[in-house]
Amino acid sequence: MRNILRMNFSVDRKNKKIKVEREFDVPVDLVWSAWTESDLLDQWWAPKPWKVKTKSIDFKDGGFWLYAMISPEGEKHWSRANFKEITPKERFTSLEAFCDENGNVNHDLPKSHWENQFIEHKSSTFVHTVIRFNELSDLEKMVEMGFEEGFRSALTNLDEIFKNTGND
Amino acid sequence: MKRDVFQAIADPTRRDILSLLAAKSMTPNSIAEQFDSSRQAVSKHIHFLVECDLLDQEKQGRKIYYHINPEKMNEIEKWIQQFKGLLEKRFDQLDDVLAQLKAQEK
Repeated sequence: MRNILRMNFSVDRKNKKIKVEREFDVPVDLVWSAWTESDLLDQWWAPKPWKVKTKSIDFKDGGFWLYAMISPEGEKHWSRANFKEITPKERFTSLEAFCDENGNVNHDLPKSHWENQFIEHKSSTFVHTVIRFNELSDLEKMVEMGFEEGFRSALTNLDEIFKNTGND
Repeated sequence: MKRDVFQAIADPTRRDILSLLAAKSMTPNSIAEQFDSSRQAVSKHIHFLVECDLLDQEKQGRKIYYHINPEKMNEIEKWIQQFKGLLEKRFDQLDDVLAQLKAQEK
């Protein structure tokens, strides 16, 4: 059975933030694992047909996840997420940046700050994510760098999904 | 470098000008009156917005009126919608991963 649990999405233009709320119908233990363990992250972080391959992960305060976003043609875009403020099964923050395969950050490309909160309620889990950008215009580069063709081709379908889920 | 719509909204004064003009067309003077900064500074911002097509100008008699170009404003909205789509897709995939994990637990 396919879950259609609603995603709330709002944009705070003034503070350059995007807020997302999404429900997952499993307990928090599983959701937390999926967000913090590389073998699971590899399975969902990239929108298909893109793939994610982890080079290294050290999920602790001050640690980071180094991974490649791989295009259908095999082109690799390296990213890293620096983890901070971890409260297990409740909350963590991360700084997302583009880098090379050794994790050296490219400061010319946009960075984003992510705060993820996990709240279990009646055996399902709500994830509240706040993504803060230095400039909202960074979204353009992020979408282009990470997802290009594969993502664009999927857009038509997504437009349909938006129509069916109403406007938020 | 070509000025684009994203640079345009990066500045708070320019964002304020856009929200003023969202309500009605205005002359450069009436726009400048709304700000503490110099008329010249406001005029620079207006020109910036014109250069990246966010504003159109229209002559009525001796006066010039500025108004918003709604098509251009939609570009920002487009990137936001794409990002939203990306997250939707990611989370749908996460649903699948979680369903598998749940099945394994049983």
